[in-house]
Amino acid sequence: MASDSHSDPDEPTVENGSEVGIDTDAESNERLRRIVERNPTRLGVGRAGPRPTTEALLEFRADHGVARDAVHSRVSDDLLEEFGLVRLRTRVADTDQYLARPDLGRELDAESLERLERDCDPGPEVQIVVSDGLSSSAVEANVPQLLPALLDGLEARGVSVGTPVFVEFGRVDVMDAVGEELEADCCVNLIGERPGLRTAESLSAYLVYGPERGSATAKKSVVSNIHDGGLPPVEAGAELVDLIGEMLDAEASGVDLREDDREFRTES
Amino acid sequence: MAIQTTTPAAGDRFDSVVEVLAKANEGKTGDELAGIAADSDAERVAAKRALAGMRLETLRENPVVPADEDEVTRVIQEAVREPIYDEIKDWTVADLREHLVATGTGEREIAAIRPGLTSEMIAAVTKLMSNLDLALVTSRMEVSARCNTTVGEAGTLSFRLQPNDPADDVSNIIDATREGLSYGAGDAVIGVNPVQDSVETTTRILEATHEFIEEWDVPTQNCCLSHVTTQMDAIREGAPADLVFQSLAGTEAGNDEFGVDVDLLDEAHDLAQRRCVSSGPNVMYFETGQGAELSGDAHEGVDQLTLEARCYGLAKRYDPFLVNTVVGFIGPEYLYDGRQVIRAGLEDVFMGQLHGIPMGIDACYTNHMQADQNDIENLAVLLAAAGANYFITVPMGDDVMLNYQSNSYHDAAALWELFDLGPAPAFREWLAEMDLWLEGRLTERAGDPTIFT
Repeated sequence: MASDSHSDPDEPTVENGSEVGIDTDAESNERLRRIVERNPTRLGVGRAGPRPTTEALLEFRADHGVARDAVHSRVSDDLLEEFGLVRLRTRVADTDQYLARPDLGRELDAESLERLERDCDPGPEVQIVVSDGLSSSAVEANVPQLLPALLDGLEARGVSVGTPVFVEFGRVDVMDAVGEELEADCCVNLIGERPGLRTAESLSAYLVYGPERGSATAKKSVVSNIHDGGLPPVEAGAELVDLIGEMLDAEASGVDLREDDREFRTES
Repeated sequence: MAIQTTTPAAGDRFDSVVEVLAKANEGKTGDELAGIAADSDAERVAAKRALAGMRLETLRENPVVPADEDEVTRVIQEAVREPIYDEIKDWTVADLREHLVATGTGEREIAAIRPGLTSEMIAAVTKLMSNLDLALVTSRMEVSARCNTTVGEAGTLSFRLQPNDPADDVSNIIDATREGLSYGAGDAVIGVNPVQDSVETTTRILEATHEFIEEWDVPTQNCCLSHVTTQMDAIREGAPADLVFQSLAGTEAGNDEFGVDVDLLDEAHDLAQRRCVSSGPNVMYFETGQGAELSGDAHEGVDQLTLEARCYGLAKRYDPFLVNTVVGFIGPEYLYDGRQVIRAGLEDVFMGQLHGIPMGIDACYTNHMQADQNDIENLAVLLAAAGANYFITVPMGDDVMLNYQSNSYHDAAALWELFDLGPAPAFREWLAEMDLWLEGRLTERAGDPTIFT
């Protein structure tokens, strides 16, 4: 029977890294293989009675485990040292509080405010912030390629860049606090996205012109889905350089940086 | 107004009905984030005591958002049938709870008082009920609805098949539909969330699902869950929709965040009744979820459970075919962990059914929530026992488009076996004709999507 196909090694199965666990004829097998290959969803997983096969169940749990670990693990000191990121922290005490209190993740703690004043250059055109957000894995996987591409591109354009910082337990809007304190023209936050089961390594870049605490979400621009299987980090760096150039020219971001304005400015 | 608790020992005073309602809630991170939750367990229970002694009339006369400021309040207030309300207005919330759990109270007795209840009364009694209270009373209620098929009839448990694709690729959407149907899921609706909210995409998805349903003669209905205005434009241009969908909030400001108001929803309902390709009479589909108003800064200082109840008060105006809470989608800042999600799921389905709307649930979670698949399987078992009308199912529990996890196609047959239930009668017959279902169990053919090629 279909549900127990694993018990008979001679029964046909479809290979997709693992047995699919559905017992059909050769022609159906070929159709099933095509369905499994072209779909990003978990199709053709088979069943054991009314339940998933053990392999499908374990694969699902493995992917969920990776996603959970991305939320609960921290960015390494090695990465911060390698790229000379000044370490800051929000008012959040631990991961549990981070998840429950987004408001505390938007403001720096007292020590970080001092460090910002002491260790970071004030008044840059662009201030870069890196935050763990909901995935430290996204930071670890993308920042080593993305950050140099971004810095080189901005330098080539003659844009002044402040001292890059890393904010632990940061939310998107923590860039408002950092940018306001340093009086930056523009602030970028490279932050780990909420992990899915397909990838836990997706990073987003949020950008704001004229950062100030409490500014509306609609005033922010975003480039999302940055990872090797989406927008590759080096390409994302180039895209961000262009976007920052437009923001600095237009002195605007988010909904204020509308498509028609951008075209108008390009023509003029 | 000052409200004294009924027992002097408690000694607490609360300043308003809104405050009592908020503090009487079971613990939820969303109410803490809003700064309106009880400060301690002792205060929580004091608020529950104050609420237990409150008369239903007090709740009617103190809606959580004033009627002159909020059209959701006006919809709820205007729907009250006054003679029935007059009969129960002197009841306390404790009286209402004990009436609902009393031996001998069933659907008939509950239906007799339903038109006299407001959403605030329903929210209030929910705050006094334990999880088993909620499951017990939900199991006594039978709220069915009919589109092409029925949901909510005794002995049935239905499933939405949710074949989302991250690129809106219709051949992939149909593949996931094939797989789901082969597991017996899909009698509630084949409902697709599009990535791109456009008339073109909506039309393409509606046409593909409609054609598949026609080709295989599946007794179900299709729906594309884009914004209601997008669906309306698609339908006006001839797209074949069985149902019209929209997300709802419990305040006027919250609905404004969703880009809808009562006039627009009235128009959508009117259009659906005239232009949907289904046989009706119930042609609307709504989704809700605790915390949606706060996330849009439109909560008006009101707790998330009471606002959720008000969504159902609004939904009722449109005699919907399907309403479900998307209970764990919103994130841990509103519902922190499996415990809070399970509580909210039980509350929402109970409140929906007590409003008289055919209520189902998307028992789900995100990866930053302290929950896993076991938690939502627990919730599914509880709500199947309680008689929820339907659940959402996705391939192997993983929605790669919306990036969250819900019940798996597999869970349908397991829940039917566990509680001796089955899908809607017409769908059951169709499964038998397709040789997928025999004597209450999946057949050997089940689970193979290629049978629909």
